[in-house]
Amino acid sequence: MSDPSAAGVGEKAAVQVSIDGSLVSARPGELIIEVAERAGVYIPRFCYHPHMEPVGMCRMCLVEVSGPRGFSLQPACFTRVAEGQEILTRSAPARKAQEGVLEFLLLNHPLDCPVCDKGGECPLQDQALSHGPGESRFLEEKRHWAKPIEIGPLVYLDRERCIQCARCTRFAEEVAGEAQIDFLGRGDHIEVAPFTSVPFGSYFSGNTVQICPVGALTSPAYRFKARPWDLEQVETTCTTCALGCRMVAQSSAGALVRNLGVDCVPVNQSWLCDKGRYGFEAVASPARLTTPLVRHEGELVPASWHDAIGVLADEARRARSSARGSAIGVIGGARLSNEDAYAWSKLARAVLGTDSLDAQLGDGLPAELVLGLPRATIDEACSARAVLLLAGDLREELPVLYLRLRAAARSRVALVECSPVPTSLSPLAEVLLRHRPGEVAQLVAALAPGAQAQSEAAGVGAAEIEAARALLAGAPGGEEAGEGRHSLHGAGVVVVLGRQSTAESAAAVAESAALLHEALPDARFLPALCRGNVLGALDMGLSPGVLPGRVALGEGREWYSRAWGAELPAARGLDTEGMLRAAAAGELEMLLLLGADPLQDFPDRRLAREALEGVGFLVSVGTHADASCELADLVLPVAGDAERAGTTTNVEGRVSRLAQKVVPPGRAWPAWVVAAELARRLGSDLGLDGVEGITEEISRLAPAYRGLDPVLLGSPAARDGVVVPLPPGHVPSRGPAVPRRIDPVATPGIASVEEQGAPMRAGAAEPPAGEHLDGASPAPRRFEEPAVDRPPVLSAPPPLGLPAPPRLDAYSQRLVVRRRLYEGGTLVSKSPSLAPLEPRAELSAHPAELARLGLGDGDRARVRSARGELVVPVAADEHLERGVVVLSAGSGGSASELIDASAAVNDVRLETL
Amino acid sequence: MGHLGEEQLERARRLIALYPERRSALIPLCHLAQAQHGWLTPEAIEDIAGLLGITPAEVQGTASFYDMLHTEPVGRHVVAVCTNIACMLAGAYELLEHAEAHLGVHVGQTTEDGEFTLEESECLAGCDIAPCAQVNHRFFGPLDEAGFDALVAELRAGTLSEVVPPHGVLCRVERAVGLLAHRQEGPGDGAAEEGGAGGEGLGGGPGGGGARP
Ligand code: SF4
Ligand code: SF4
Ligand code: FES
Ligand code: FES
Repeated sequence: MSDPSAAGVGEKAAVQVSIDGSLVSARPGELIIEVAERAGVYIPRFCYHPHMEPVGMCRMCLVEVSGPRGFSLQPACFTRVAEGQEILTRSAPARKAQEGVLEFLLLNHPLDCPVCDKGGECPLQDQALSHGPGESRFLEEKRHWAKPIEIGPLVYLDRERCIQCARCTRFAEEVAGEAQIDFLGRGDHIEVAPFTSVPFGSYFSGNTVQICPVGALTSPAYRFKARPWDLEQVETTCTTCALGCRMVAQSSAGALVRNLGVDCVPVNQSWLCDKGRYGFEAVASPARLTTPLVRHEGELVPASWHDAIGVLADEARRARSSARGSAIGVIGGARLSNEDAYAWSKLARAVLGTDSLDAQLGDGLPAELVLGLPRATIDEACSARAVLLLAGDLREELPVLYLRLRAAARSRVALVECSPVPTSLSPLAEVLLRHRPGEVAQLVAALAPGAQAQSEAAGVGAAEIEAARALLAGAPGGEEAGEGRHSLHGAGVVVVLGRQSTAESAAAVAESAALLHEALPDARFLPALCRGNVLGALDMGLSPGVLPGRVALGEGREWYSRAWGAELPAARGLDTEGMLRAAAAGELEMLLLLGADPLQDFPDRRLAREALEGVGFLVSVGTHADASCELADLVLPVAGDAERAGTTTNVEGRVSRLAQKVVPPGRAWPAWVVAAELARRLGSDLGLDGVEGITEEISRLAPAYRGLDPVLLGSPAARDGVVVPLPPGHVPSRGPAVPRRIDPVATPGIASVEEQGAPMRAGAAEPPAGEHLDGASPAPRRFEEPAVDRPPVLSAPPPLGLPAPPRLDAYSQRLVVRRRLYEGGTLVSKSPSLAPLEPRAELSAHPAELARLGLGDGDRARVRSARGELVVPVAADEHLERGVVVLSAGSGGSASELIDASAAVNDVRLETL
Repeated sequence: MGHLGEEQLERARRLIALYPERRSALIPLCHLAQAQHGWLTPEAIEDIAGLLGITPAEVQGTASFYDMLHTEPVGRHVVAVCTNIACMLAGAYELLEHAEAHLGVHVGQTTEDGEFTLEESECLAGCDIAPCAQVNHRFFGPLDEAGFDALVAELRAGTLSEVVPPHGVLCRVERAVGLLAHRQEGPGDGAAEEGGAGGEGLGGGPGGGGARP
């Protein structure tokens, strides 16, 4: 990617070229189009995309370039600079060529701009005006095709409009790694086409719609919904998964209509996954909660906020005064912004007096571990010497992280995969460690540099273990010696740490991480937790025993007790599983669900059901009516995605801003307001009076967020977010926000909207945090910093020595649960575009295991565990080990019927019907 | 079933082994599959994709680029009439119109009995026998209307089966690659399998025309 400042050009190696008469220095090997761009000279283009390999396909970028035999026309996107080159972009021959190419591209173009979604933001329109001949000599009949055709569930193709730039096909092949579309035919019969029986169903298909430089590719979600000049937009962050892709949310007439990826180089590099791109449809869903509901004579009936909070306050008072240790529990919070999460964390501990709060639903990892391990950034992972994958299938869980790691693995990073079953990254891994499910800790123990050589560990052979150890240690003096590529302490190693399967307890992964941290103290960890803003929620203390800013309860209790003016509970509270157990046993007075639906999301459904039925008073604070709402005694509607400002924290600890684009429906409140109001009705004051004030308070109190105030977050240095904790002594530049430069052809649809009257807010929309901040900080807040030492940030717990789980008996299969991107959840089921894509649940097993039972591919079978049973179709997969079955999540059968959350591993038996 | 047979799979593996990059074997594999079914069935495309580690969409895309690869079913005889300049001057358009009338199909279509697919082609490098046509990659020309009718009659009657290979078989693949890749037998066997490819077919053309290898 071109460096925005010429100063970034390496001094000694720079070459000098002249572009339209001015001297420019460039890195050797840079493309002319990039050098020109940096020098402020725009060369027209269609096929060139800054995040894909150049192909020189469309010839729109022809310029005159001097060479040994004089000037010749060369494609600027494909030609690399050389010392002394003279480049003419607007000479008569260059103009003639550009006009000729445009006239040619328009020969068969239908010019149906008035009914084309791209009209008004179309690079072909724009460049026809700026670089075209203005008139065509073509009088003949143009080609005609049926229009549009559905090439995939989320992509329509209008072949007449296609200019054959190959951006879409290259994206599919090069970036997404699934060439489900390619050119079909030749000459003027050429068309983009999927294979007859395989629709273009990539999780990343929406990116082709975004980068198509004409209106050939459109999405059902946006088709005919709006015109660019009707749009308004804000730059914000996707909180669908925990990766935090930067994007622009666009609305028309007060409703969200489109999300577009923004070129945030350290995170998503302009790409989005389709779930993040189209999930906005759920925001306007009729299933949104719009008014508080109170259970009255068995029915949920609408109530005013005043009455609803009154009921809640009464119940809370009653619960608080009950004799039991954990009277009140709070589950959820991963869908909240950091500010909302902080407010609830403060409310729970300072007012409700409970430490039982957990943003993870038994599908994550221990918070102390995640927050205490040395954290890697995505960029560090993508430039690491070796990446150890110890997570589920990243394409299903953190889709754009999969894209980034895929690109990294293809260029230079060695992947070592520890997984009991194949994943999307397996084909790119240098070493595959297929261990027995649940025994990852035993495998990891054998990988440590000092470990004794073993003939096998957890089912993995000595050769693989040796290969993995060599990669983790680096080859001493290998080809890239001099880069210090050998380290016994794990420098240059990044571990992607997630939950391999919810059918195993998190303890094995936690133990593995602790072992790795002990053996390779210089290795860094990238947590692959996937639930929305879960990392932000953990950072804000929505986890038992953890206070805001990554502080242990014991260490930070005094600090926060003073800062919040209330005695915090001393004892560590319960996690989600503990709360559900207490509730099921009738020992929990009140349970608050913060946008969480344990019936859907907790791995053990029976426990969840018993808990929700057994709890004294159930409150659901959320955006949509879900299954748990139906059991609730009180339902409170809150603002969701694109309806609130604030910040979010992604897997690397990058804090970036959320912007509000639309107003919440009905009477929904921002979640922090609910917390503040409840506190007020309980006679306390949380001291929170606005989102920016909360951000400010977090930056003063929460140790890991120290210094991260609204001024910094609104500055240009924070445009791509800021990774916390800030290094000690770090003084970030805090100038006023300047607009992000958006390449109109790389990401069509953003710059054009801006030009047509909707200036983009870089972060918080109302009022933009960056704007009143020309150097002056907001007035200092009224609270004093506590007069005790700031508590230290957590460090990772040591390994505990975990026994291997019991061996399988001869009739059982060990269960692995594979999450899937479109598995049912509120966002998917409430988005009309995504809902039909929910896959069916399916159980895969080794063909021999199926044959043993006389089962064939596609037959239905009964899966029985100690906990429950399920009837699902089975599929043969010869890549699986015998004795392992994989339940892929989806409709028609939830793994949570089978799983006992307290078991280390879950075994099942397969039976014919 | 349109999948590749055991023998074809075996030959495909040997073809792939000839190239440093697997996907370089794409075109030879397409010919191999076409030789089996006469056209590239969707199943065969999937098989090829699987063998080469690319996607069916890529195989289909490449195959659709080339006129000699068919992604739709064709008749037993694919008749390609050249209408490029030398043939055009020698009456190719008239010949083509006659062919359409005689076979009762338009260019690009297949006769109902599945015997003939008619195609219009650019220069076939048979300008010396203009106007010329190819039947399953065998040359016939110069062709007048009567000659064309006679050719059709002989093809129907099966009397040219020695000269005209079954549709879909491109002898050059057999000879240049296939032989090296899969034949251990002596040259005699090879010539026999190749039918008219080596020059033995010369002069066997129907009235008014001469077949050329
Ligand atoms: S559909 Fe769009 S992106 Fe794809 S080749 Fe055509 S113009 Fe380019
Ligand atoms: S990868 Fe995650 S953050 Fe990025 S667009 Fe998809 S859901 Fe949103
Ligand atoms: S050829 Fe350069 S932009 Fe297309
Ligand atoms: S013009 Fe017909 S074969 Fe050359």
